Amino acid sequence: MYDPTVARLTYRALLGRRRALILFSLPVLLIVIAAAVRGFSGADDQVAADVLGGFALATMVPLIGVIAGTGAIGPEIDDGSVVYLLSKPVKRPTIIVTKLIVAIAVTMAFSAIPTFIAGMILNGNGQQVAIAYTVAALVASIAYAALFLLLGTVSRHAVVFGLVYALVWETLFGSLVEGARTLSVQQWSLAVAERVARGDLVTSDVGLPVAVALLTGVTVLATWYAGQKLRSLTLAGEE
Amino acid sequence: MSSLNIDHVSRWFGNVVAVNDVTMTIGPGVTGLLGPNGAGKSTLINMMGGFLAPSTGTVTLDGRPIWRNEKIYQEIGIVPEREAMYDFLTGREFVVANAELHGLGAKAAGRALATVEMEYAQDRKISTYSKGMRQRVKMGSALVHDPSVLLLDEPFNGMDPRQRMHLMDLLRRMGGDGRTVLFSSHILEEVEQLASHIEVIVAGRHAASGDFRRIRRLMTDRPHRYLVRSSDDRALAAALIADPSTAGIEVDLAEGALLVQAVDFGRFTRLLPRVAKEHDIRLLTVSPSDESLESVFSYLVAA
Repeated sequence: MYDPTVARLTYRALLGRRRALILFSLPVLLIVIAAAVRGFSGADDQVAADVLGGFALATMVPLIGVIAGTGAIGPEIDDGSVVYLLSKPVKRPTIIVTKLIVAIAVTMAFSAIPTFIAGMILNGNGQQVAIAYTVAALVASIAYAALFLLLGTVSRHAVVFGLVYALVWETLFGSLVEGARTLSVQQWSLAVAERVARGDLVTSDVGLPVAVALLTGVTVLATWYAGQKLRSLTLAGEE
Repeated sequence: MSSLNIDHVSRWFGNVVAVNDVTMTIGPGVTGLLGPNGAGKSTLINMMGGFLAPSTGTVTLDGRPIWRNEKIYQEIGIVPEREAMYDFLTGREFVVANAELHGLGAKAAGRALATVEMEYAQDRKISTYSKGMRQRVKMGSALVHDPSVLLLDEPFNGMDPRQRMHLMDLLRRMGGDGRTVLFSSHILEEVEQLASHIEVIVAGRHAASGDFRRIRRLMTDRPHRYLVRSSDDRALAAALIADPSTAGIEVDLAEGALLVQAVDFGRFTRLLPRVAKEHDIRLLTVSPSDESLESVFSYLVAA
Protein backbone atom coordinates (compact mmCIF):
# COMPACT_ATOMS: atom_id res chain seq x y z
CA MET A 1 0.00 0.00 0.00
CA TYR A 2 3.02 2.29 -0.11
CA ASP A 3 5.11 3.10 -3.16
CA PRO A 4 8.41 4.90 -2.47
CA THR A 5 8.60 6.32 -6.00
CA VAL A 6 5.14 7.88 -5.77
CA ALA A 7 6.11 9.24 -2.34
CA ARG A 8 9.33 10.79 -3.66
CA LEU A 9 7.56 12.48 -6.57
CA THR A 10 4.85 13.80 -4.24
CA TYR A 11 7.32 15.19 -1.68
CA ARG A 12 9.32 16.95 -4.35
CA ALA A 13 6.23 18.43 -5.96
CA LEU A 14 4.90 19.61 -2.60
CA LEU A 15 8.08 21.11 -1.23
CA GLY A 16 9.51 22.44 -4.45
CA ARG A 17 7.02 25.03 -5.57
CA ARG A 18 5.24 28.15 -4.40
CA ARG A 19 3.24 25.96 -2.06
CA ALA A 20 6.35 25.51 0.07
CA LEU A 21 6.43 29.25 0.67
CA ILE A 22 2.98 29.22 2.25
CA LEU A 23 3.85 26.04 4.12
CA PHE A 24 6.78 27.83 5.73
CA SER A 25 5.23 31.25 6.24
CA LEU A 26 2.20 30.18 8.31
CA PRO A 27 4.25 28.44 11.02
CA VAL A 28 6.65 31.38 11.11
CA LEU A 29 3.69 33.70 11.61
CA LEU A 30 2.42 31.55 14.49
CA ILE A 31 5.76 31.61 16.25
CA VAL A 32 6.11 35.37 15.74
CA ILE A 33 2.62 35.89 17.23
CA ALA A 34 3.49 33.61 20.16
CA ALA A 35 6.70 35.52 20.85
CA ALA A 36 4.89 38.87 20.63
CA VAL A 37 2.09 37.76 22.97
CA ARG A 38 4.57 36.40 25.46
CA GLY A 39 6.54 39.64 25.26
CA PHE A 40 3.51 41.85 25.85
CA SER A 41 1.50 39.93 28.42
CA GLY A 42 3.93 37.42 29.89
CA ALA A 43 3.17 33.73 30.45
CA ASP A 44 -0.56 33.11 30.91
CA ASP A 45 -2.19 29.68 30.55
CA GLN A 46 -5.52 31.04 29.32
CA VAL A 47 -3.88 33.32 26.73
CA ALA A 48 -1.69 30.44 25.57
CA ALA A 49 -4.77 28.25 25.10
CA ASP A 50 -6.57 31.06 23.27
CA VAL A 51 -3.74 31.65 20.80
CA LEU A 52 -3.14 27.95 20.14
CA GLY A 53 -6.87 27.19 19.88
CA GLY A 54 -7.84 30.32 17.97
CA PHE A 55 -5.01 30.60 15.50
CA ALA A 56 -2.95 27.40 15.45
CA LEU A 57 -5.69 24.78 15.52
CA ALA A 58 -8.61 26.74 14.03
CA THR A 59 -6.78 28.46 11.17
CA MET A 60 -3.25 27.25 10.59
CA VAL A 61 -3.75 23.49 10.74
CA PRO A 62 -6.66 23.43 8.25
CA LEU A 63 -4.80 25.79 5.91
CA ILE A 64 -1.68 23.63 5.96
CA GLY A 65 -3.98 20.65 5.44
CA VAL A 66 -5.54 22.28 2.37
CA ILE A 67 -2.15 23.08 0.87
CA ALA A 68 -0.60 19.66 1.53
CA GLY A 69 -3.73 17.58 0.90
CA THR A 70 -4.86 19.14 -2.36
CA GLY A 71 -1.27 19.79 -3.42
CA ALA A 72 -0.38 16.11 -3.13
CA ILE A 73 -2.50 15.27 -6.17
CA GLY A 74 -4.47 18.26 -7.52
CA PRO A 75 -1.76 19.93 -9.64
CA GLU A 76 -0.84 16.59 -11.26
CA ILE A 77 -4.43 15.99 -12.29
CA ASP A 78 -4.80 19.60 -13.46
CA ASP A 79 -1.78 19.62 -15.74
CA GLY A 80 -2.19 16.01 -16.84
CA SER A 81 1.16 14.73 -15.59
CA VAL A 82 -0.73 12.19 -13.46
CA VAL A 83 -0.77 10.16 -16.70
CA TYR A 84 2.74 9.01 -15.88
CA LEU A 85 1.55 7.54 -12.57
CA LEU A 86 -1.64 6.09 -13.99
CA SER A 87 -0.06 4.43 -17.02
CA LYS A 88 1.74 2.03 -14.69
CA PRO A 89 0.74 -1.33 -13.24
CA VAL A 90 0.42 0.25 -9.79
CA LYS A 91 -2.80 -0.20 -7.85
CA ARG A 92 -4.77 3.04 -7.62
CA PRO A 93 -5.43 2.73 -3.87
CA THR A 94 -1.66 2.36 -3.41
CA ILE A 95 -1.13 5.69 -5.16
CA ILE A 96 -3.76 7.35 -2.97
CA VAL A 97 -2.54 5.82 0.31
CA THR A 98 1.04 6.81 -0.51
CA LYS A 99 0.02 10.36 -1.30
CA LEU A 100 -2.07 10.42 1.88
CA ILE A 101 0.92 9.36 3.98
CA VAL A 102 3.02 12.13 2.42
CA ALA A 103 0.25 14.70 2.92
CA ILE A 104 -0.19 13.65 6.56
CA ALA A 105 3.54 13.81 7.20
CA VAL A 106 3.84 17.26 5.64
CA THR A 107 0.75 18.58 7.45
CA MET A 108 2.00 17.21 10.77
CA ALA A 109 5.49 18.61 10.27
CA PHE A 110 4.28 22.08 9.35
CA SER A 111 1.47 22.29 11.92
CA ALA A 112 2.27 20.19 14.99
CA ILE A 113 5.93 21.17 15.36
CA PRO A 114 5.30 24.94 15.18
CA THR A 115 2.27 24.52 17.48
CA PHE A 116 4.51 22.87 20.06
CA ILE A 117 7.20 25.53 19.71
CA ALA A 118 4.60 28.30 20.00
CA GLY A 119 3.12 26.62 23.07
CA MET A 120 6.54 26.43 24.72
CA ILE A 121 7.13 30.12 23.97
CA LEU A 122 3.69 31.16 25.25
CA ASN A 123 3.69 29.50 28.68
CA GLY A 124 6.37 26.82 28.71
CA ASN A 125 3.82 24.01 28.41
CA GLY A 126 2.04 25.08 31.61
CA GLN A 127 -1.05 22.92 32.30
CA GLN A 128 0.15 20.73 29.39
CA VAL A 129 -1.40 23.24 26.98
CA ALA A 130 1.40 22.99 24.40
CA ILE A 131 1.32 19.19 24.40
CA ALA A 132 -2.48 19.12 24.24
CA TYR A 133 -2.65 21.35 21.16
CA THR A 134 0.26 19.53 19.55
CA VAL A 135 -1.67 16.28 19.93
CA ALA A 136 -4.77 17.98 18.51
CA ALA A 137 -2.75 19.23 15.54
CA LEU A 138 -1.33 15.74 14.92
CA VAL A 139 -4.78 14.15 15.04
CA ALA A 140 -6.38 16.87 12.90
CA SER A 141 -3.56 16.55 10.34
CA ILE A 142 -4.64 13.01 9.53
CA ALA A 143 -8.28 13.86 8.90
CA TYR A 144 -7.56 17.11 7.04
CA ALA A 145 -5.00 15.47 4.77
CA ALA A 146 -7.46 12.69 3.88
CA LEU A 147 -10.35 15.10 3.29
CA PHE A 148 -8.40 17.52 1.15
CA LEU A 149 -6.65 14.75 -0.78
CA LEU A 150 -10.10 13.51 -1.76
CA LEU A 151 -11.09 17.04 -2.69
CA GLY A 152 -7.97 17.35 -4.85
CA THR A 153 -8.90 14.11 -6.60
CA VAL A 154 -12.50 15.00 -7.40
CA SER A 155 -12.40 18.73 -8.08
CA ARG A 156 -10.37 21.12 -10.16
CA HIS A 157 -11.23 23.86 -7.68
CA ALA A 158 -10.04 21.90 -4.67
CA VAL A 159 -8.07 24.75 -3.13
CA VAL A 160 -11.06 27.10 -3.22
CA PHE A 161 -13.41 24.52 -1.72
CA GLY A 162 -10.77 23.61 0.81
CA LEU A 163 -10.33 27.22 1.89
CA VAL A 164 -14.08 27.71 2.14
CA TYR A 165 -14.34 24.64 4.34
CA ALA A 166 -11.34 25.57 6.46
CA LEU A 167 -12.20 29.22 6.95
CA VAL A 168 -15.96 29.48 6.65
CA TRP A 169 -17.13 26.17 8.06
CA GLU A 170 -14.51 25.47 10.70
CA THR A 171 -13.85 29.02 11.83
CA LEU A 172 -16.95 31.11 11.25
CA PHE A 173 -19.85 28.66 11.07
CA GLY A 174 -18.41 26.49 13.77
CA SER A 175 -18.36 29.35 16.24
CA LEU A 176 -21.88 30.52 15.41
CA VAL A 177 -23.98 27.42 14.80
CA GLU A 178 -24.10 24.73 17.47
CA GLY A 179 -24.74 21.80 15.10
CA ALA A 180 -21.90 22.68 12.78
CA ARG A 181 -19.45 22.29 15.61
CA THR A 182 -20.07 18.59 16.01
CA LEU A 183 -19.23 18.11 12.32
CA SER A 184 -15.84 19.75 12.52
CA VAL A 185 -12.41 18.16 12.44
CA GLN A 186 -11.27 20.88 14.79
CA GLN A 187 -13.78 19.85 17.49
CA TRP A 188 -12.93 16.18 17.09
CA SER A 189 -9.24 16.87 17.58
CA LEU A 190 -10.06 19.11 20.57
CA ALA A 191 -11.87 16.17 22.15
CA VAL A 192 -8.59 14.27 22.05
CA ALA A 193 -6.63 17.28 23.34
CA GLU A 194 -9.09 17.71 26.21
CA ARG A 195 -7.81 14.46 27.69
CA VAL A 196 -4.21 15.65 27.59
CA ALA A 197 -4.53 19.13 29.06
CA ARG A 198 -4.93 19.76 32.78
CA GLY A 199 -7.81 21.81 34.13
CA ASP A 200 -10.50 22.99 31.72
CA LEU A 201 -8.40 25.11 29.40
CA VAL A 202 -9.16 22.85 26.45
CA THR A 203 -12.78 21.88 25.82
CA SER A 204 -14.66 20.27 22.98
CA ASP A 205 -18.33 20.01 22.04
CA VAL A 206 -17.87 16.38 21.10
CA GLY A 207 -17.30 13.41 23.37
CA LEU A 208 -14.08 11.43 22.91
CA PRO A 209 -15.60 8.15 21.61
CA VAL A 210 -17.70 9.98 19.02
CA ALA A 211 -14.72 12.13 18.03
CA VAL A 212 -12.42 9.14 17.53
CA ALA A 213 -15.09 7.28 15.57
CA LEU A 214 -15.74 10.28 13.31
CA LEU A 215 -12.03 10.98 12.78
CA THR A 216 -11.38 7.38 11.81
CA GLY A 217 -14.53 7.12 9.71
CA VAL A 218 -13.87 10.32 7.74
CA THR A 219 -10.24 9.40 7.10
CA VAL A 220 -10.96 5.85 5.94
CA LEU A 221 -13.98 6.80 3.84
CA ALA A 222 -12.29 9.75 2.15
CA THR A 223 -9.24 7.63 1.32
CA TRP A 224 -11.28 4.74 -0.01
CA TYR A 225 -13.41 7.03 -2.16
CA ALA A 226 -10.37 8.88 -3.53
CA GLY A 227 -8.92 5.51 -4.58
CA GLN A 228 -12.15 4.65 -6.39
CA LYS A 229 -12.22 8.03 -8.15
CA LEU A 230 -8.63 7.61 -9.27
CA ARG A 231 -9.43 4.19 -10.75
CA SER A 232 -11.86 5.78 -13.15
CA LEU A 233 -10.16 9.11 -13.60
CA THR A 234 -10.99 10.45 -17.03
CA LEU A 235 -8.47 12.48 -18.92
CA ALA A 236 -10.46 14.27 -21.57
CA GLY A 237 -8.62 15.05 -24.79
CA GLU A 238 -7.45 18.49 -25.74
CA GLU A 239 -9.88 18.73 -28.64
CA MET B 1 2.57 -9.67 -30.89
CA SER B 2 -0.44 -7.82 -29.56
CA SER B 3 -3.51 -6.36 -31.14
CA LEU B 4 -5.88 -3.68 -29.95
CA ASN B 5 -9.52 -4.30 -30.68
CA ILE B 6 -11.98 -1.47 -30.85
CA ASP B 7 -15.45 -2.93 -31.16
CA HIS B 8 -18.44 -0.70 -31.93
CA VAL B 9 -17.10 2.02 -29.71
CA SER B 10 -18.90 5.31 -29.23
CA ARG B 11 -18.10 8.07 -26.81
CA TRP B 12 -20.14 11.14 -26.14
CA PHE B 13 -19.60 14.10 -23.84
CA GLY B 14 -22.99 15.49 -22.82
CA ASN B 15 -24.82 15.61 -26.12
CA VAL B 16 -21.69 15.94 -28.25
CA VAL B 17 -20.66 12.72 -29.97
CA ALA B 18 -16.86 12.57 -30.13
CA VAL B 19 -16.50 9.01 -31.43
CA ASN B 20 -19.32 7.38 -33.32
CA ASP B 21 -19.58 3.59 -33.62
CA VAL B 22 -15.95 2.90 -34.53
CA THR B 23 -14.72 -0.64 -35.10
CA MET B 24 -11.08 -1.32 -35.93
CA THR B 25 -8.22 -3.63 -35.09
CA ILE B 26 -4.70 -2.30 -34.63
CA GLY B 27 -2.12 -5.01 -35.18
CA PRO B 28 1.70 -5.19 -35.14
CA GLY B 29 3.56 -2.63 -37.21
CA VAL B 30 3.10 1.11 -37.43
CA THR B 31 -0.45 2.37 -37.82
CA GLY B 32 -1.30 6.02 -38.41
CA LEU B 33 -4.52 7.45 -37.04
CA LEU B 34 -5.27 10.25 -39.48
CA GLY B 35 -7.93 12.91 -39.22
CA PRO B 36 -8.45 16.66 -39.01
CA ASN B 37 -8.28 18.45 -35.67
CA GLY B 38 -11.29 17.72 -33.51
CA ALA B 39 -12.11 14.50 -35.35
CA GLY B 40 -11.98 12.38 -32.21
CA LYS B 41 -8.43 11.02 -32.51
CA SER B 42 -7.44 11.95 -28.98
CA THR B 43 -10.69 10.61 -27.58
CA LEU B 44 -10.03 7.31 -29.33
CA ILE B 45 -6.40 7.17 -28.14
CA ASN B 46 -7.50 8.02 -24.59
CA MET B 47 -9.88 5.06 -24.69
CA MET B 48 -7.14 2.77 -26.03
CA GLY B 49 -4.87 4.02 -23.24
CA GLY B 50 -7.43 3.40 -20.50
CA PHE B 51 -8.00 7.05 -19.59
CA LEU B 52 -11.53 7.24 -20.81
CA ALA B 53 -14.40 4.76 -20.68
CA PRO B 54 -16.26 4.10 -23.92
CA SER B 55 -19.92 5.14 -23.67
CA THR B 56 -20.79 1.98 -25.58
CA GLY B 57 -18.69 -0.79 -27.10
CA THR B 58 -15.45 -2.33 -25.87
CA VAL B 59 -11.74 -1.58 -26.17
CA THR B 60 -9.56 -4.63 -25.51
CA LEU B 61 -5.94 -5.70 -25.80
CA ASP B 62 -5.71 -9.35 -26.85
CA GLY B 63 -9.14 -9.91 -25.34
CA ARG B 64 -8.49 -8.18 -22.02
CA PRO B 65 -10.35 -4.96 -21.17
CA ILE B 66 -8.26 -1.81 -20.92
CA TRP B 67 -10.55 0.42 -18.85
CA ARG B 68 -9.97 0.13 -15.08
CA ASN B 69 -7.33 -2.54 -15.59
CA GLU B 70 -3.96 -1.24 -14.44
CA LYS B 71 -2.20 -4.55 -15.15
CA ILE B 72 -2.58 -3.82 -18.86
CA TYR B 73 0.14 -1.16 -18.58
CA GLN B 74 2.75 -3.89 -18.34
CA GLU B 75 2.24 -4.15 -22.09
CA ILE B 76 1.27 -0.63 -23.10
CA GLY B 77 3.52 2.39 -23.35
CA ILE B 78 1.89 5.80 -23.64
CA VAL B 79 3.26 9.05 -25.02
CA PRO B 80 0.68 11.72 -24.14
CA GLU B 81 0.15 14.84 -26.20
CA ARG B 82 0.13 17.17 -23.21
CA GLU B 83 3.40 18.81 -22.33
CA ALA B 84 3.14 18.58 -18.58
CA MET B 85 5.58 16.22 -16.94
CA TYR B 86 7.53 16.47 -13.72
CA ASP B 87 9.50 19.53 -14.77
CA PHE B 88 11.40 19.77 -11.49
CA LEU B 89 13.13 16.45 -12.19
CA THR B 90 16.06 15.85 -14.49
CA GLY B 91 15.43 13.71 -17.58
CA ARG B 92 17.20 10.79 -15.93
CA GLU B 93 15.29 11.11 -12.64
CA PHE B 94 12.03 11.19 -14.61
CA VAL B 95 12.78 8.06 -16.62
CA VAL B 96 14.13 6.26 -13.55
CA ALA B 97 10.90 7.10 -11.67
CA ASN B 98 8.91 5.67 -14.57
CA ALA B 99 11.06 2.53 -14.52
CA GLU B 100 10.58 2.12 -10.77
CA LEU B 101 6.82 2.37 -11.14
CA HIS B 102 7.12 -0.64 -13.44
CA GLY B 103 9.18 -2.45 -10.84
CA LEU B 104 12.36 -1.90 -12.87
CA GLY B 105 15.52 -0.02 -12.04
CA ALA B 106 18.13 2.40 -13.27
CA LYS B 107 19.42 -0.10 -15.82
CA ALA B 108 16.13 -0.19 -17.75
CA ALA B 109 15.98 3.60 -17.53
CA GLY B 110 19.50 3.91 -18.93
CA ARG B 111 18.63 1.65 -21.83
CA ALA B 112 15.52 3.70 -22.65
CA LEU B 113 17.46 6.97 -22.49
CA ALA B 114 20.02 5.49 -24.88
CA THR B 115 17.28 4.38 -27.28
CA VAL B 116 15.91 7.92 -27.53
CA GLU B 117 19.44 9.38 -27.57
CA MET B 118 18.91 11.65 -24.60
CA GLU B 119 21.91 10.59 -22.54
CA TYR B 120 23.73 13.82 -23.34
CA ALA B 121 21.08 15.92 -21.55
CA GLN B 122 19.85 13.42 -18.98
CA ASP B 123 21.16 15.37 -16.00
CA ARG B 124 19.52 18.64 -16.95
CA LYS B 125 16.16 19.65 -15.48
CA ILE B 126 13.21 18.88 -17.76
CA SER B 127 12.10 22.51 -17.41
CA THR B 128 15.13 23.49 -19.53
CA TYR B 129 14.29 21.07 -22.38
CA SER B 130 13.10 22.03 -25.84
CA LYS B 131 9.87 20.57 -27.16
CA GLY B 132 11.70 17.89 -29.14
CA MET B 133 13.78 16.89 -26.11
CA ARG B 134 10.64 16.62 -23.98
CA GLN B 135 9.07 14.44 -26.64
CA ARG B 136 12.08 12.14 -26.59
CA VAL B 137 12.12 11.86 -22.81
CA LYS B 138 8.39 11.09 -22.90
CA MET B 139 9.21 8.41 -25.47
CA GLY B 140 11.94 7.07 -23.19
CA SER B 141 9.52 6.87 -20.25
CA ALA B 142 7.06 4.95 -22.43
CA LEU B 143 9.70 2.48 -23.64
CA VAL B 144 11.27 1.76 -20.29
CA HIS B 145 9.39 -1.53 -19.77
CA ASP B 146 9.81 -2.69 -23.37
CA PRO B 147 6.05 -2.61 -24.13
CA SER B 148 4.48 -4.53 -26.99
CA VAL B 149 2.03 -1.70 -27.66
CA LEU B 150 2.99 1.94 -28.04
CA LEU B 151 0.38 4.72 -28.24
CA LEU B 152 1.43 8.21 -29.30
CA ASP B 153 -0.91 11.20 -29.49
CA GLU B 154 0.28 13.76 -32.09
CA PRO B 155 3.95 12.95 -31.43
CA PHE B 156 5.32 15.18 -34.20
CA ASN B 157 3.57 18.37 -33.13
CA GLY B 158 6.07 21.17 -32.74
CA MET B 159 9.10 19.09 -33.71
CA ASP B 160 11.72 20.39 -36.10
CA PRO B 161 12.46 18.33 -39.24
CA ARG B 162 15.55 16.68 -37.78
CA GLN B 163 13.76 15.60 -34.61
CA ARG B 164 10.84 14.43 -36.71
CA MET B 165 13.09 12.24 -38.81
CA HIS B 166 14.76 10.83 -35.74
CA LEU B 167 11.44 9.92 -34.14
CA MET B 168 10.18 8.42 -37.40
CA ASP B 169 13.25 6.18 -37.59
CA LEU B 170 12.68 5.10 -34.02
CA LEU B 171 9.00 4.29 -34.56
CA ARG B 172 9.78 2.44 -37.77
CA ARG B 173 12.29 0.33 -35.85
CA MET B 174 9.70 -0.37 -33.15
CA GLY B 175 7.18 -1.44 -35.77
CA GLY B 176 9.80 -3.56 -37.51
CA ASP B 177 10.44 -5.37 -34.21
CA GLY B 178 6.83 -6.53 -34.28
CA ARG B 179 5.48 -4.02 -31.80
CA THR B 180 2.05 -2.53 -32.24
CA VAL B 181 2.68 1.18 -32.74
CA LEU B 182 -0.20 3.61 -33.14
CA PHE B 183 0.26 7.34 -33.62
CA SER B 184 -2.22 10.09 -34.43
CA SER B 185 -1.67 12.96 -36.80
CA HIS B 186 -3.64 15.46 -38.85
CA ILE B 187 -0.97 15.65 -41.54
CA LEU B 188 -1.30 13.20 -44.42
CA GLU B 189 2.36 13.40 -45.47
CA GLU B 190 3.50 12.53 -41.96
CA VAL B 191 1.31 9.47 -41.86
CA GLU B 192 2.22 8.47 -45.39
CA GLN B 193 5.94 8.57 -44.63
CA LEU B 194 5.74 6.41 -41.56
CA ALA B 195 2.65 4.24 -41.36
CA SER B 196 2.27 0.97 -43.20
CA HIS B 197 -1.40 1.05 -42.33
CA ILE B 198 -3.71 4.03 -42.02
CA GLU B 199 -7.01 4.50 -40.21
CA VAL B 200 -8.88 7.68 -41.08
CA ILE B 201 -11.21 9.31 -38.57
CA VAL B 202 -13.44 12.20 -39.56
CA ALA B 203 -16.07 13.81 -37.33
CA GLY B 204 -15.94 10.86 -34.95
CA ARG B 205 -16.53 8.30 -37.67
CA HIS B 206 -14.21 5.68 -39.09
CA ALA B 207 -13.91 6.99 -42.64
CA ALA B 208 -11.36 4.73 -44.27
CA SER B 209 -8.83 2.04 -43.56
CA GLY B 210 -5.98 0.54 -45.51
CA ASP B 211 -2.45 1.10 -46.72
CA PHE B 212 -1.44 4.58 -47.82
CA ARG B 213 -1.82 3.80 -51.53
CA ARG B 214 -5.46 2.97 -51.04
CA ILE B 215 -6.03 6.09 -48.95
CA ARG B 216 -4.17 8.22 -51.49
CA ARG B 217 -6.30 6.83 -54.30
CA LEU B 218 -9.50 7.46 -52.35
CA MET B 219 -8.36 11.01 -51.86
CA THR B 220 -7.43 11.70 -55.48
CA ASP B 221 -10.45 9.93 -56.96
CA ARG B 222 -12.96 12.11 -55.18
CA PRO B 223 -14.83 14.84 -57.11
CA HIS B 224 -12.59 17.86 -57.50
CA ARG B 225 -13.74 21.43 -57.80
CA TYR B 226 -11.83 23.87 -59.96
CA LEU B 227 -12.06 27.55 -60.52
CA VAL B 228 -11.35 28.30 -64.18
CA ARG B 229 -11.01 31.66 -65.94
CA SER B 230 -10.61 31.78 -69.72
CA SER B 231 -10.95 34.03 -72.75
CA ASP B 232 -14.44 32.57 -73.42
CA ASP B 233 -16.01 31.02 -70.32
CA ARG B 234 -19.35 30.05 -71.89
CA ALA B 235 -17.85 28.31 -74.90
CA LEU B 236 -15.46 26.42 -72.63
CA ALA B 237 -18.37 25.45 -70.34
CA ALA B 238 -20.36 24.06 -73.26
CA ALA B 239 -17.42 22.00 -74.46
CA LEU B 240 -16.53 20.63 -71.02
CA ILE B 241 -20.02 19.54 -70.03
CA ALA B 242 -20.14 17.26 -73.07
CA ASP B 243 -17.50 15.03 -71.47
CA PRO B 244 -18.46 12.48 -68.77
CA SER B 245 -15.54 13.52 -66.56
CA THR B 246 -17.40 16.76 -65.77
CA ALA B 247 -20.33 16.55 -63.39
CA GLY B 248 -21.40 20.17 -63.29
CA ILE B 249 -20.44 23.71 -64.23
CA GLU B 250 -21.55 26.96 -62.74
CA VAL B 251 -20.95 30.34 -64.31
CA ASP B 252 -20.01 32.66 -61.50
CA LEU B 253 -20.77 36.12 -62.85
CA ALA B 254 -19.53 37.99 -59.82
CA GLU B 255 -16.17 36.23 -59.92
CA GLY B 256 -16.06 36.20 -63.70
CA ALA B 257 -15.12 32.54 -63.60
CA LEU B 258 -16.36 28.98 -64.06
CA LEU B 259 -16.76 26.61 -61.13
CA VAL B 260 -16.21 23.15 -62.53
CA GLN B 261 -16.94 19.93 -60.69
CA ALA B 262 -14.90 17.04 -62.08
CA VAL B 263 -15.63 13.42 -61.16
CA ASP B 264 -12.74 11.73 -62.91
CA PHE B 265 -9.66 13.58 -61.76
CA GLY B 266 -7.18 12.02 -64.22
CA ARG B 267 -9.39 12.32 -67.24
CA PHE B 268 -10.43 15.90 -66.47
CA THR B 269 -6.86 17.13 -66.15
CA ARG B 270 -6.14 15.82 -69.65
CA LEU B 271 -9.46 17.01 -71.06
CA LEU B 272 -9.27 20.65 -70.02
CA PRO B 273 -6.18 21.74 -72.00
CA ARG B 274 -7.24 19.69 -75.04
CA VAL B 275 -10.73 21.23 -75.19
CA ALA B 276 -9.29 24.70 -74.74
CA LYS B 277 -6.88 24.14 -77.59
CA GLU B 278 -9.52 22.69 -79.93
CA HIS B 279 -11.81 25.68 -79.41
CA ASP B 280 -9.02 28.19 -79.43
CA ILE B 281 -9.80 29.37 -75.90
CA ARG B 282 -7.07 30.74 -73.69
CA LEU B 283 -6.99 29.45 -70.12
CA LEU B 284 -6.21 32.28 -67.70
CA THR B 285 -6.69 30.61 -64.30
CA VAL B 286 -7.03 26.98 -63.29
CA SER B 287 -7.01 26.46 -59.55
CA PRO B 288 -8.41 23.75 -57.34
CA SER B 289 -10.93 25.37 -55.03
CA ASP B 290 -11.33 22.75 -52.30
CA GLU B 291 -7.94 21.21 -51.65
CA SER B 292 -8.11 21.71 -47.91
CA LEU B 293 -7.61 18.58 -45.85
CA GLU B 294 -11.03 19.06 -44.29
CA SER B 295 -12.78 18.81 -47.65
CA VAL B 296 -10.73 15.75 -48.56
CA PHE B 297 -11.75 14.16 -45.26
CA SER B 298 -15.40 15.11 -45.54
CA TYR B 299 -15.49 13.41 -48.91
CA LEU B 300 -14.08 10.26 -47.36
CA VAL B 301 -16.82 10.22 -44.74
CA ALA B 302 -19.50 10.30 -47.40
CA ALA B 303 -17.75 7.61 -49.46
